[in-house]
Amino acid sequence: MTMATPLSQCIIKLHEERHDLEDYQGGVPRWCSGCGDNAILAAVQRLCRDENLAPERTVFVSGIGCSSRFPHYMKTYGFHGIHGRAFPIAQGVKMARPDLHVFVNTGDGDCCSIGAAHWIHAIRYNMNLTVILHDNHVYGLTKKQASPTSPVGLKSNTTPRGSVLEALNPLTVTLGVQNVSFVAQAVDWIPELMYDIVSKAFHHRGFSFIRVIQRCPEFLPKMFEPWLHDPAKTLLLTHESGLQPSADLGRIYRNQRAHDPLDIHKAREIASEEDPIPVGILYRNPEVPCYEDLRGAGKPRTVEAVRKGLDAEFDKFTIWPGEQGQSRAA
Amino acid sequence: MSDSAVLDRKTPAKPAPLRAKPAVTLSEHIVEVISDSGEGAQRCGQSLASIAARSGNGIWTVEIIPAEIQPPARSVAGASGIRIRIGSKAVTNGGDETDLAVAFNEQVLLGRVRAGELKPGATILLESVWREHRDPAIAKSYNDTLEALQKSGFRVIEMPLEKECRALMTDARRGKNMFVLGMLCSIYSFDLQLARDQVALTFGKKDRSVIDTNVKLLEAGFAWGEANLDFKYAIPATKSTQPQVVTNGNTAIALGVLASGMDICAMYPITPATSASHYLSDCFEKVGGMVHQAEDEIAACAFAIGASYAGRCAVTITSGPGYSLKQEGLGLAVMAEIPLVVVNVQRGGPSTGQPTKVEQGDLLTAVYGSHGDAPKVVMAVSGIEDCFYSMITARKIAETFNMVVVVLSDASLATAQTPFPRPSFSEEWLAPPVDQSPLPEGSKPYDWDAVTGIARRFSPGQPGGMHTVTGLAHDRNSKVAYDPQINEEGLRARSLKLAALQKTLRTPPVFGDPEGDLLVVGWGSTKGVIEESVERLRAEGARVSSLHLRFIQPLPSGIGEILRRFRKVIAVEGTWGDRLEDELIDSDNRRYTPLAMMLRSRYLVDVDCWSEARGQPIKPGNVVKALRAKLEEGK
Repeated sequence: MTMATPLSQCIIKLHEERHDLEDYQGGVPRWCSGCGDNAILAAVQRLCRDENLAPERTVFVSGIGCSSRFPHYMKTYGFHGIHGRAFPIAQGVKMARPDLHVFVNTGDGDCCSIGAAHWIHAIRYNMNLTVILHDNHVYGLTKKQASPTSPVGLKSNTTPRGSVLEALNPLTVTLGVQNVSFVAQAVDWIPELMYDIVSKAFHHRGFSFIRVIQRCPEFLPKMFEPWLHDPAKTLLLTHESGLQPSADLGRIYRNQRAHDPLDIHKAREIASEEDPIPVGILYRNPEVPCYEDLRGAGKPRTVEAVRKGLDAEFDKFTIWPGEQGQSRAA
Repeated sequence: MSDSAVLDRKTPAKPAPLRAKPAVTLSEHIVEVISDSGEGAQRCGQSLASIAARSGNGIWTVEIIPAEIQPPARSVAGASGIRIRIGSKAVTNGGDETDLAVAFNEQVLLGRVRAGELKPGATILLESVWREHRDPAIAKSYNDTLEALQKSGFRVIEMPLEKECRALMTDARRGKNMFVLGMLCSIYSFDLQLARDQVALTFGKKDRSVIDTNVKLLEAGFAWGEANLDFKYAIPATKSTQPQVVTNGNTAIALGVLASGMDICAMYPITPATSASHYLSDCFEKVGGMVHQAEDEIAACAFAIGASYAGRCAVTITSGPGYSLKQEGLGLAVMAEIPLVVVNVQRGGPSTGQPTKVEQGDLLTAVYGSHGDAPKVVMAVSGIEDCFYSMITARKIAETFNMVVVVLSDASLATAQTPFPRPSFSEEWLAPPVDQSPLPEGSKPYDWDAVTGIARRFSPGQPGGMHTVTGLAHDRNSKVAYDPQINEEGLRARSLKLAALQKTLRTPPVFGDPEGDLLVVGWGSTKGVIEESVERLRAEGARVSSLHLRFIQPLPSGIGEILRRFRKVIAVEGTWGDRLEDELIDSDNRRYTPLAMMLRSRYLVDVDCWSEARGQPIKPGNVVKALRAKLEEGK
């Protein structure tokens, strides 16, 4: 008998049947209407259907905040964790079960503030996770406090005379960490590109980080209006291995730039541009090793191996009756 | 004891022919070796302990650890070394004061003397190189100390360590420890060949020439002892017929993790817990496991929770400050009912406290910690062998009840060594395979049993079991719920699981008679000390017994009945409890020690407490004194 059945055998059988959208739709989302989270949910559910992911082998892990309600609205496995800790929880899941598809949903407070230490290290571990940063520039669930990505001057309940700090840029931070392997940016108001980016992220093996700039209709209703009204304020990053917008979309968003996602220096330059907002794949490097591979996750483990291993360890510390010293002269 | 045998240093110590010195037979002896950090006193002591164990003697080691990595040389606070209690029978604790001390300089010795660690009149073997040191201040310090020690009744014997070692190696300072080992083997009549084998084992990974040099030093030390010392001891051994394992508590914990079927340990470096993870890091991967060094304590806890959630029960090993940081994560595991094993190797607190010193201060934080009502299982290991088996038990309980199991050890068990029977492996120790069987339609992830509160857990990968676990209040379908009734339903189920476990626990055995004048209750590493103290008092005719608790949350049945069969009950713990001799302290404001507090509230018995939080293992002599006073009280 094997103690922990090899993971390859754990998979009873791949469901051959096609899944439709309903197979991924959990409860009715309780987000405000017009909230960018809804757009992300729609893109992710479409991805699951198109990739025909087995719902039982798909896990959404989140922290705390509006965005982190995400797993409740999927009909897969989900782990709605604690504030800031989605990354280490997801890493534990992936390490124990590398065969599962693991997604992380986190917000700008969850990821860039309380969970910032985990974020930095998650990039460095580069585990195969699809990560979506729902960045609405404000705390929503706790009712309008400034977040690390809030623009300077934002009036909120904790900054009534305007916030005093420059906003943190999640893209430059991520691109500055050793072992970064995938960075993209999407906006909630261009669903076609959101889908393409989520799909590219899913297919990248490694820590795929997508920052989604999204609207909060409740607390920052006007924040992105200039961008919504003027397509020229959005810069599409195109490449044969990156985004290839449809002709229709291309007619609206004419501000485009060819960018090779392998070029990290260009990626860093683009990341620091905030107006127009760059949308697309900034960086992708499939060569960065994943922590779970380096650490041999999913290796089969047998009773015999444990018995042998334990005996070998005991041998190092054992005093056998026969080797005990002779009785000493009194 | 004023017959100081100071050797005349002008007389060269010529290797004299071995003459049979009459060896005084002892039932036990406490010896310690102390030096500056880096001079190898610990290696010397550990080797001596191994030789004693291999000779069939009972041993218990206590490491003497300076707080800093590299304290200044020759400083009172810098003593680094080891104390070994060697006995004819099994030894369960470090005992009282030292009978024989070997010191590499007079300053580290002074530290120990001032701390009251040496028995009055104890024999001291002191390195004499300082006597004529070129720095007159050092020479004066040495000579003054020597004189003072002799005046206060210690028998000080000077030994020309450096001089003897210089004849054998260029860097004499590095050879002193093995020379001393040889000398101690001579003093305790240990077999020289056994000692040679031990040296070969100790330096096994090094070059052959290193082993040879050290064996030469060992032999020289042995010969010096034979030729120059006028005393010799023999501690008859009781040979075991079973193979024995000699490890410290942290290694035993690591071996227990290996044997329990867990295969992920997530940790962050912290004293004094880390050596368990060091050991695991070395051997875990060979059997398919892994140690994950996380970016912080919180991440280590969350990583372990994630792995456990995915079906493979994980462990996180830490100490006090790390445990505090994990509290929110532990609450999540409680709420989501994810099995998890947490080891807390306690150290002095609060805050950074005394990282390298022992204290039993984390009991209440383990039992009641985390906000809200977060029932967890709390076990305490009482010895080295227990460190091993507790990990297997903890994993089983965690997975049977889907609970957090906290295992409390402490800094003294972390480094103490004593032999225990070599465990023989059983398949039942291991975790079952991850359940991936499809679930019938309508299965609920929190289908709490009406009586036990237990629900079958679903793991990712199981068809039909899809749900989102959450730290929010939830119903049987794991749906977020704020309904007053559902909130209580969840609280009830999580609490009932403790009762369900409690019904399976055996009443702990009473040490001594089942009734009497005084019952001593303890938990954790103090078991050996308490039982030895009880034995000493019983030998005097006192009607004293003791009870040692392995499970503290839940407390097994039958304890109340035991407490009531004694006229007086006292908890003995290695932590702070208010003392009635303090002017402001009275029965209205006294903060009892943690276990006393718990026993008083549960059993409504007037449990008194005595405690020490001196950063040292409690000495049986001190417990005996306290118990005697308690027996006398009200007479």
